[in-house]
Amino acid sequence: MRVDQLSLPQVQAALTGAGLRVATGPFNCRLQSDIAAIASEVAQNYAHHRLLGPEEFIDFHVAVNTSRGLRRWIRPQALFSVDGVEPFTPLPRDQALPMIEWGLNWCITAYSNHVLILHAAAVARNGRTLILPAPPGSGKSTLCAALVNRGWRLLSDELSIIRLDTGAMLGLARPVNLKNASIGVIQRFAPQALFSRPVHDTTKGTVAMMAAPQASVEAVDEPAWPAWMVLPRYRAGASTTLTPMPRGEAFMKIADNAMNYHILAAEGFRAVGDLVDRCQHFSFEYSDLDEAMQVFDQLALSTADANIV
Amino acid sequence: MSLLRQVLLDSHRIAALSAVEWDLLVRQARHANLLGRLYRRLQAADLLAQVPERPLHHMESAAVMADRQHMLVRYEIRFLRDTLAGLGLPLILLKGAAYVVGDLPAASGRVFADMDILLPRERLPEVESALIMTGWIGEPLDAYDQRYYRQWMHELPAMRQMHRGTALDVHHTILPPTARLKPDAQALIRDSVEIPGSPGMRTLQPTDMVLHSACHLFHDGESENLLRDLSDLDLLLRHFSREPNFWPQLVSRAAAMDLQMPLRLALRYLVQVLACPVPDSALQALKAERSQGVAEHTLDWIYSRTLRPQHSSTRDWATPLCRKLLYIRGHWLRMPPHLLFVHLARKAWVGPTTISAAALQNDPR
Repeated sequence: MRVDQLSLPQVQAALTGAGLRVATGPFNCRLQSDIAAIASEVAQNYAHHRLLGPEEFIDFHVAVNTSRGLRRWIRPQALFSVDGVEPFTPLPRDQALPMIEWGLNWCITAYSNHVLILHAAAVARNGRTLILPAPPGSGKSTLCAALVNRGWRLLSDELSIIRLDTGAMLGLARPVNLKNASIGVIQRFAPQALFSRPVHDTTKGTVAMMAAPQASVEAVDEPAWPAWMVLPRYRAGASTTLTPMPRGEAFMKIADNAMNYHILAAEGFRAVGDLVDRCQHFSFEYSDLDEAMQVFDQLALSTADANIV
Repeated sequence: MSLLRQVLLDSHRIAALSAVEWDLLVRQARHANLLGRLYRRLQAADLLAQVPERPLHHMESAAVMADRQHMLVRYEIRFLRDTLAGLGLPLILLKGAAYVVGDLPAASGRVFADMDILLPRERLPEVESALIMTGWIGEPLDAYDQRYYRQWMHELPAMRQMHRGTALDVHHTILPPTARLKPDAQALIRDSVEIPGSPGMRTLQPTDMVLHSACHLFHDGESENLLRDLSDLDLLLRHFSREPNFWPQLVSRAAAMDLQMPLRLALRYLVQVLACPVPDSALQALKAERSQGVAEHTLDWIYSRTLRPQHSSTRDWATPLCRKLLYIRGHWLRMPPHLLFVHLARKAWVGPTTISAAALQNDPR
C-alpha cells in the first residue's frame, strides 16, 4: 500500500497518532507531528512511497512537534526529535515541513557509518549514476531537480550513499529541497512537478520542496552504479562547458564532500578510491538549464567503456 | 526487564527476536550507549549472521564510530606522553583511554567523548602550562566555575585540543577533595602499572581501575550512561578475576582506599543486573549480599530505574524522580552540606554558565 491510497484525514490521523510509516530506499521512517497543517504537504511529498506494515523494522522514529510552554502560543516553534534525541534548536513552526527533510538527513549522516555518504546529489539513467558534489550555491539542487524532470531517476538531492561492500549506490527518492531563485526556475522548467508552499526566512533563505517523480520512487530499490562525478558551477551568462577533471583532483573533491570519510578511516580511503576508479570526472559550468540537460543526455549515451579522461 | 538487558545476559536471546523487537533493542542500546558494544559482543559469540540486515547496519555503524574514536585516542596520547615526558612525568590514563590503550575488554565498542589522565596535584600548574603550550585550551568558563573546579574539584576544567578538537580531563585524584570518601591519590599514582608495549604510558593497577570505575558509577550525578558504566565494570571484573587472589586484593584495597561503599554497591548491582560472577566471599566481606537499612533500600529503588537503558520504553512515573535524586546524591557525596547549599543555590539562580557542545553544533542541514 502507498501513501496516496490514504485519504487526507487518514494521513493526518497517522501523523498525529502512531506515525506515518514510509519506506525511503534503505531507510524505513516513522514520521509523527502534532502540526496537522503539514499533513497535506507530507502526503504530497511522499505520495508514491510504500507504507510499512506494523511488523516492520523502523530505522528512524522522527517527530516534528510544536515546542511546549509559552512557545505553544507566542510565535510557535517546531522541534525535531528522533527517538527522543533533539539534535537541533527549535525553528519557527512554519519550517516544520523542510525540518523533516533536514532531520532525516541528519539521522542518515549521524547513524549510518556502514556506508560512505557524500554531500552530493545523485541521479541515475539506465542504472548508471551521475554524482553532483558541490558546495551550497553551486546550483547542484537546481540541476538535480531539472534532471529528474527530464528522465533521470532521483536517488537524492543531498546525500549520495555508497555501499562499502559492492560500491553500489543507494537511492532515497525523497523530496528535493529547492532554495530561493531556483524555486521559480524549476517551477517554470517543470510546471507538472509538485511543489510545497515556499517557506521564507529559513537559514537557507526561502525553501520549497519538490516531490520526487513517481518513477523515481517506484525504482528506488533498483540497482544503480556510480558512473560520472561532475562538479557543477552555475555562473550567470556562462557558456555550457564540461571539462575533464584529473583523477587526483577528483579524489580530493570526493573526500572533501564525504560526510563520514574521516570516520571510516582506512575503509573510507579505500571506498573513495574505488569510487574514483568507477567514475569519469568532470567539472561543469552552466547558465542555461536546457543546454545543461543536453550535455548530460550526451553523457548518458556515451558507452560505459568510453573513457574520456 | 529491558530487552537490552535480556540480550546482555544471554546473547542467544537474539535468535528469537521479531523485527519489532530488533527495533526496540537497537533504540535501547543506542540510548544506553551500548550499540557498538552489542555489535562486538554478538561478533565474539559468532552470532552476527543471525542479525537481520537493518539492525545489523545500526550496530555496525556504532562500532565503526567507536573504532574511529579509539584510533584518535591512540594517536593523541603519543603527543601527551611526549609533553609529560618533558616534565619527567609518566602519562597515566584513566577510564576509556586506559581500556583502549591497555587493550582491555572494556574497550569493546566503547564510545567516549574525552580522554582522562591522572597527575600529582602539586605538578598541575606546570602541566597545565605545558599543555597550553602544545595547543590545549580550557573551555570558556565564568569566574565562579573556574573557582569551583580549581578549589573543589578533582580535575581541571575540561581542555580541548585547538587543532584536532580532542577533549581532555586532567585529574589529580579520582574523587573531589571535598567528598566524604578520601581515596589516597598518591598511592594510586605510585602503584600504577606500565602498559605492556607502550613505554611511558601507564594505567591504574587492576584493583584501582575497578575502584575508580565504581567510584565514578556511584558519585557522578549523571544517569545517562550508568548501564554502560556497569557493563564496563562487568567486563573489567570478568577479565581481571582470572588472576588468582584478585578478589581478596580488591576487597582489601577498597578498605585501604576508603572506597568500600562504592565497591559494595557496584558488586551488588553487577550480580543483580548483569549476573557478574562475583564470588560469595567477596560479597560477604563487603556485606554486599543484601541491602541494609532504609538508605540502601532507597538506593536500590533509585538504581533499579537509573541502571536501565535511558529510553522512553523503560521509563515510568518514578524515573524522572530517581534521576533527580541521583543528581542530588551525586553532589551530596561530593561536597559538604554548606558548600553544596551555596553551589546548588547559585546553579538554580544563575543557571548553567557553560555553552553546551550540542548548542554549538546546531546546523540543521
